[in-house]
Order: sequence, then C-alpha cells, then structure tokens
Amino acid sequence: MRSFEYTRAESSESATRQAAAGGTFIAGGTNLLDLMKLEVMAPAALIDINRLDLDQIEETEDGGLRIGALVTNSDLANDVRVRRDWPVLSRALLAGASGQLRNKATTGGNLLQRTRCLYFYDRAMPCNKREPGSGCAAREGFNRILAVLGTSEHCIATHPSDMAVAMRALGAEVETQKQDGMTRRLTLDELYRLPGDRPDRETVLEAGELITAVILPAPVDGRQVYRKVRDRASYAFALVSVAGIVAMKDGRIANADLAFGGLAPKPWRDAQVEELLTGDVPSEALFNKAADLLLAEAQGFGSNDFKLPLARRTLVSVLTELTQEART
Amino acid sequence: MTEHFKMDTPATERRLDDMAQGLVGAPLDRPEGPLKVTGTATYANEWQIEGMAHGVMVRAPGNSGRVVLTNRDAVSKMPGVLSVIQDDRLLRNPAQGTANAAPIQGAHRAAYFGQLIAVVVAESFEEARHAAQSIEVTLEGSEMMPVDPATAAVEPQEGKSLDQGDLEAAMRDAAHSIDVTYTTPSHSSSPMEPHASIASWEGEDLTLRGSYQMLKYNRNELADSLGIHADRVRIISPYVGGGFGSKLGLAPEAVAASIAAKELGRPVSVALQRPQVYEATMRRSETRQRIRLAADTEGRLTGLGHDARVSNLPGETFAEPVLQASHFLYAGANRKMSLELARLHRLCAGSVRAPGEAVGVTVLENAMDELAQEMGIDPVTLRLRNIPEKDPESGKDFSSRRFREALESGAKAFGWADRPGVKERREGEWLLGYGMASAARINVLMESQARVTLLPDGRARVETDMTDIGTGTYAILGQIAGDMLGLPRNKVDVVLGDTALPPASGSGGSWGASSSGTSVYVACKAIRRQLAERLEVSEQDLLLKDGRATYANQTKALSDILQGDEIAKLGHVQPGDTSEAVRQATFGAYFAEVVHAASGETRVRRMHGSFAAGRILNAKTARSQCLGGMTFGIGIALTEELAFDPRDGHVANHNLAEYHIPVNADVPQLTVELLEERDDWANPLQAKGIGELGICGAAAAITNAIYNATGVRVRDYPATLDKVIAGM
Repeated sequence: MRSFEYTRAESSESATRQAAAGGTFIAGGTNLLDLMKLEVMAPAALIDINRLDLDQIEETEDGGLRIGALVTNSDLANDVRVRRDWPVLSRALLAGASGQLRNKATTGGNLLQRTRCLYFYDRAMPCNKREPGSGCAAREGFNRILAVLGTSEHCIATHPSDMAVAMRALGAEVETQKQDGMTRRLTLDELYRLPGDRPDRETVLEAGELITAVILPAPVDGRQVYRKVRDRASYAFALVSVAGIVAMKDGRIANADLAFGGLAPKPWRDAQVEELLTGDVPSEALFNKAADLLLAEAQGFGSNDFKLPLARRTLVSVLTELTQEART
Repeated sequence: MTEHFKMDTPATERRLDDMAQGLVGAPLDRPEGPLKVTGTATYANEWQIEGMAHGVMVRAPGNSGRVVLTNRDAVSKMPGVLSVIQDDRLLRNPAQGTANAAPIQGAHRAAYFGQLIAVVVAESFEEARHAAQSIEVTLEGSEMMPVDPATAAVEPQEGKSLDQGDLEAAMRDAAHSIDVTYTTPSHSSSPMEPHASIASWEGEDLTLRGSYQMLKYNRNELADSLGIHADRVRIISPYVGGGFGSKLGLAPEAVAASIAAKELGRPVSVALQRPQVYEATMRRSETRQRIRLAADTEGRLTGLGHDARVSNLPGETFAEPVLQASHFLYAGANRKMSLELARLHRLCAGSVRAPGEAVGVTVLENAMDELAQEMGIDPVTLRLRNIPEKDPESGKDFSSRRFREALESGAKAFGWADRPGVKERREGEWLLGYGMASAARINVLMESQARVTLLPDGRARVETDMTDIGTGTYAILGQIAGDMLGLPRNKVDVVLGDTALPPASGSGGSWGASSSGTSVYVACKAIRRQLAERLEVSEQDLLLKDGRATYANQTKALSDILQGDEIAKLGHVQPGDTSEAVRQATFGAYFAEVVHAASGETRVRRMHGSFAAGRILNAKTARSQCLGGMTFGIGIALTEELAFDPRDGHVANHNLAEYHIPVNADVPQLTVELLEERDDWANPLQAKGIGELGICGAAAAITNAIYNATGVRVRDYPATLDKVIAGM
C-alpha cells in the first residue's frame, strides 16, 4: 500500500472541502481497501466519513424513506419498514456479498463500488477504466461476468451492486452535498454515466461531492421480487439480476417497474419495456416480447454471450411469478 | 532402539481389536481444535521473530522471455526497502509431491504468466508490497507461447497406455455402447492459509517455519534448491491451514525467504499474496477424456476404453493420472487406455485434491450413467453387474473391497428406489433429479517413522515429523498410542511437524494416517513387549487400560512397572510385498438430489456417501474428510474452474471471490456412512486412506442428477448455468 494522508471528517462541509482538494471518501471500505492494496486505486488522502451523522433512516413527508449514506447494508436490509414496504430492496441487499461485508458496507459506498471486471483489478492488464487510453483486455479475454448492454468499445464492465438495482426499480434518488454546501438530487439514471470514451468516469459527481442520503419514494402497489442469478449460491456477483415491481388490475398489468443488474455498466432500466407491458394481459408471448425489446441492442463478447438467453429466461420467470401471484 | 516392520504378509492378527482402552474408531475431537478456533495455534506466517524483515514476491507479466527488472535501482531506494533479489535459485516451478530434490529453478526466464521472478524485502510488509508492485518487469524476446491444450504439442505417455484384447471389436459387437468425450477444467487447491515461510539462519543452519505437508521431502527440496546439505535445514510446520496437494512440494516463497534471510543476515518472512497462490503454486490439469463402454444385453461390460489428454509445462513429468481407477473399478475383457500430455505455458500442473480419480472416476461415472440410460436400466444395477471378481488387468485379487455393500447400502439410505425418470419430477418452477456415482481411490502405504516414549509417570509422547493439515493426525496418532499402551487420550501427547523428529510419510495421497499410524503402532507394540518382559508374561497376555496393566490375575499401575524408567521406541514401517500381491483400493458410492431453476442454476438439495476404507481410526475425523471431499465434488460439478486468459494463459480469476469454491449456501445436508471393514493387506491397523475417497467421483453424482432433472448432459465441467440452459 502506498502511503496516504488520513483525516477523520468532523462535518460534511469539511469532508467535501477536503475531498475536493484531492481526497477520497472512505466509509465501509470493503471495496476501496482491496483496491488500495492492489494499487488499482492510490488516493493521496482518505477522508473518513464514518463519524458523520448520516446513519439514520427517516420517514419522509410523502411516505417515503430518507436513508442516510452511512446506513449499513445489514441495517437497511433488516429495517422493518424496508422489509414491509420495499421488500425488493431488502432482498437485493441480502443477495449481495456476505454477512461480514454487509455489516461494514454502507448505502453510499455500495452505490459507488467499482466494477468487478477481472482485468480492472490486474495492473498487468490494459484497462481504460483504470488507465485511460491503455486499452481493454476484457473484450477478447475472459469476460463471463461482463456487460452486454450500454458498453462501449473502450469498456464492457458491469456495475456490481444488487442494492442499486432495486433502488433503480424503486425510483430512488441520491441526495448529495457539494463543496460549496449546495445540495442536489439525482436519479440513479442521472448519477451513473455510461462508459463511452471515458470509462474511468463512472458518475456525474463532482470533485468533493458527497452522497449524503438515498431517498425512496412512497411504496407503490404491486408485488416485488428480486431475482439474482449467479455462479454459486452466495458470495458471487450477479450474472443477471432483475428487480421487479408489478401491479395488476383486472387481469392486466397496471404498472411494471423493472431494473436489471449484471447486464450493464449501471443498474439498467428500459422505459420501453415497461410501457410494452403496461395495460396488457400477461402471457409468455408478451414477456418474450419484453425480452426482445430489452435485448434489442445487447451484444455479447464471447464468454458472456449466454447472458442474452439468461436475461430472457430470468425476465420471463420473474414476470410470470409477479403476475401469477398478483392474480391469486 | 528401532523397531522395523515391513508389510510383506497380511496382518491377520488384528491387534487393535484386542485393545481395551476403546479409543481407536471413536469419534473423538481433534485435540488441537480449540487452539485453531480461538486463533491461538500459531501458523507459519504468524510467528513474530525479532528483527524479522518482510518479503513480497514479484510476478512475471508474460509466459516467456528473459526477465529484466527495469527500475530495480529505483525500487531498491524506496522507503524501507532492504533488497531486491533476483536469484537463479528461486523456484521457477513449485516442487511436485515427494520430489525430494529441487524442482526447476530460475528467475531470469519466464515460463508462465505469474511465475515468481524476484522478491523484494523491506522493513515492513506494507513497504515490501508497495515496492514489489512498483517493480517494472520487461520480458525480452517474449513470444506467443502455446497456452491452449487443444492446440498445443502433445507427448504420448507410453508407460501409461494399455491395450488388452480388442476394444474396437468389442465396441462393434456390443449390444449397447457408449463413446463420449468429457472435459474438465483446471482446479486450484485454494487453501485458506496462503503459502508462507519464515526463514532464519544461525550461521550455516537454516530454520524454516513453513506450511508444508511432507516435511522430510520438503527439507531435501529446500536444501537442494539452496545448494546446501539437508542436515543444515530444519522445517517446522505444526499447523497447516489446508494444503490439498499444493503444499506437498516446496513452493517458491520458502526458497525466496531463505535466500533473502541469508543475504540480509536476519529472519525474513515471505507469504504469497492470494493471487500468487492461484498463479504460482499448483493447478490440477484440465483434462479431455474419451470413454468407450461396450456392454452385452444384460449390461455386462465387454470393453472399456479411457483415453485422456492432460497438460503441463515443458520439463515437468507429472501427468494428471486420470486412468488410475479405470484400471480396476469395472470388469470388461477388452480394454484400451492412453494418456497424452500437452505441453503448454500455463502454471505448473501437479497434485490437487485426489489427483487422477477426482476427475477420472467422475468422467467414467458419467459415462456409466449414459450407458445405464441408453440401456434403460438402473445405474446402481449396472454397477453391481460390473464389479470384477479379480483385477481385470493383472488378475490379482482385491484386498478388502466392500464396493457392492456401499452401492446397496447407500442406495437404501438415500431412498434411491424413489428415483424419478428423466425430467419427470417438478416442484413449481423447480426441476428435481437424482443421480449416483461410484467412488474409488487407490490405497498406498509409505515409509514412515515415529518415536513413542512411555514416561515414568505413565504418560506417553508420540513424536514424528508427520503433519496435520486439518485432517486429524493429532487425534488419531494419540488414539492409536492410547489404545496400544492402555492410556486415556489425555495422557498421550502428540508432537508433530518438525524435521528434528523422526521422518514420516507426510500428508498426501491419503496415506498419512495409515502410514504414520502404523509407525506409532509398531513402536507401541515394541513398548508392550518390553513391559511384558518386565512382568515375565507374553505380550498377548498383557491387558493395558487406564494406565494399568492386568496380567496373570494381577493388576499394576504402569508407573509402578516403570519404576522411574522410560521406554522409548522408534517405529519404522516400510511398504512390502502386500503392495504388489493384491489390488488395494477404497470404494464407495454417492447419491445426490438436485433442483433446477429456470435460470439453469443447480442446487444440491441433499447428498449421501457410503464409503469403505478399512478400519476407521476416528469416526468423526473420517466423516469430516468425506464431508470435505463431497463438498469438493460439489465444486467440481458446479462451480470450480481456473479461468485462463486465451491469449497469454494467465489466471484471470485469481482470488477467492472469483474462483468459486462452494460456500455454505451451496452445501446441503450431507450424510456419510462408513462401512465396517478390516483390510489385512493394507497395514497392521487394517486401515486404508480416506482423505480423498470422498471426492473421487462425487461430482458425477451431481451431474448425473442434473441429467435426471433436466435431460441435459453437460459434458464440459463445471456444469454452470449457461451450459445447462443451452440444452434446456
């Protein structure tokens, strides 16, 4: 590990100021410390935000939740309100990592974790995300776990979070604070950038900008499912995951909110797919049409080609479950 | 005083059955268990030695060329750095098990991506790691070397081929035949404790605290690598946090630590980083295996063919012995087998968890399932019909072999009769299937020595350089000595893992317990004889229990008999004629139930194994070995694969997050039945090796169950979901 400055932030104001001057926030550190040991990330200064007062889950006026950025994954997954009204989020959290990691990992940190692309973690390999302009070794390498949607010729990495997929389906927004004290809200769609020609830039956050909370909107009608498909039963990242919330009315799909993990550089959501489903009578043919639409632009790179049929099967299965249950 | 014993004739006297203390066979806890679970057992890298410096090794970023450390001088000046060492005594390849001499060495040429070509030593571990990661390595004259076994040059292994009868004719004339090819990927041992060594010199004498399985060999390997006499080397390895074959032979860090410690004149600790364990210890070779089975109308085999391709680095002779159990498991007059070795530039291939049978029996058992399916008969019945009367190639008798009983008893315990037809059983969205497979593993006795001392106070001490790699050596050696000397378990101290003690067989090849156990038995028997002489009775008439001797209607405490003396005997066992006179092996059967989601994911819902391995020395540790083996079977079947980059052959998934060992959630309730057995041909304990039996074929029970559930035959291991859905 290279030497670095370490500062414990006393306020979000001082934290953002120090980060803007070249520091990197650390909360749970479950990803950052690994990356620092490997020297994939080598921050000159760490700003420890663990003492900031950001570990509360509060109800908002409109019936939603405001989740502090430092709420741990374990606490969030086990919050009685989350389990009752946003079960897809609880299930997604519990599908991720391991018990030990969830005890340390935080809400804000989970959103900002780096890809698990094997070539990103190996400094002997060219990687445009780690070292812009060096190339991408993954495209023609072992890319089983990598993306089929939203990729660019420069990067095919996936975003590894389960939590963020559920949040995307739930329409969550992040609340941030900038160096100048201004706050803003971003949807997850707005937060994450696609790789394009700068895969090293993963979010629109400015230097020093701190995620302070995630805002969940009020619960929506319908049944909620998080389905994660992976190479072993626990402690494996999603090959494909689907967070689905479907409300039925009179035998028809009244509303469908769907987000996908394991497929793209960001938690993926496709409004056209949801539009297609809404108002129609559930059927396998309809679900397959939804999969056609979802995967119209999808492209595999060899060892991840199977993600296309897998995403289809998983989507059809999840929609079957969501619509059957709602009918009974 | 040394008591020599050579295993030349069957040990029919079965003395352990005469003993009264009741320790052997009992499910006793491992005595060192509390130390391990409380973190107070000191593992190799945990020793704190005054003045110790820390070394971190540097990897070759390619698989060929002359190694140049381009910024060596700059790195040498980094904070805390004491030395950057690139020495041609550094190991190019780790040593194979029982090598007993230096493996291929050399740090100036790269042969595979990840080869450890230098060590950077610094005052602190963090400084050493940063400096090691800062080294820039250039490979001059590097070329594209072959890394793909499908296209690499191949060397037939002439000594491994067999051509008996006429297999082609048998296939042609068969009522039913199967000709299938399976592939299995490379596996990594993945021990939890990475390879680690601390070297310290006193003058010309080297002490290495390491994590090794076979110390007497490792000592010679280290001495030879350094160019010094073995008398100058002591290796201490009382606790090993898993080896699974990867610590059979010397690994690169031991030589690096020794060279660095000598150069710097202070102790040096070198632990492999987790990716280095995957890149520079041992891999199991990937295999391509063709099985041909010819059967008559009743399913009796008339022919059996097994042709395999495995791989290794140039210069290595180890070829994954996948044919090992195919030679004797099933009947069939016409037999053809061959093994070929592809030469390529992936990391060294060697012994990993039951080399040979782990994947060889697995594929044979898949083919047997295919034959049973083709014939429409019960897979258990097919096996029962093909248990050969004698070794089908040598004509030798088998020693003990409760194979039939394992198949029948296992089937009953599992509820095999309730087996569904293919794709017949569904629970909601889940498809459910049953599968079974046979287990077989060769049995080996190795030379081993142990000293047993009966102390004046009536305690006993067992000393040997034998290792306990988590298998239960501390437990069973104490049980054998306790039974033979009539002492409760807590009156026997077992001291292991130090080359200053009598040299043992080491832990590997499933031979550790019976080999080192026999040496303890032999020493104890000599002590019994001496006690009997003192009491002027025959050894057979001496009953020892709870520290007292009962003989000729008298009873006397051992301390009273000893009268302040101690009796020390060195037991020395050597294999003899019984190794060749009969076919010795262990047998068993696995039964598995799996379920499938629409995603193609497989979950093992339950799994049972019935095993026969001679006398069971400790029902608890033996069962644990079988549980571990079956868990590895789940890994081979479903998750484990070293993923090599197709261009340079580097291990892409070189960490525990991406090399998928089964986790708890992958492992259901496993049940194990250990059949009562005595094998007089094996050794005087009548025990055979059980360490690896639980893995030898286990994966096939699961993949056969996948077929039963889904109708999909995955012939390319592991049966990951993408391969299952491709056929669904």
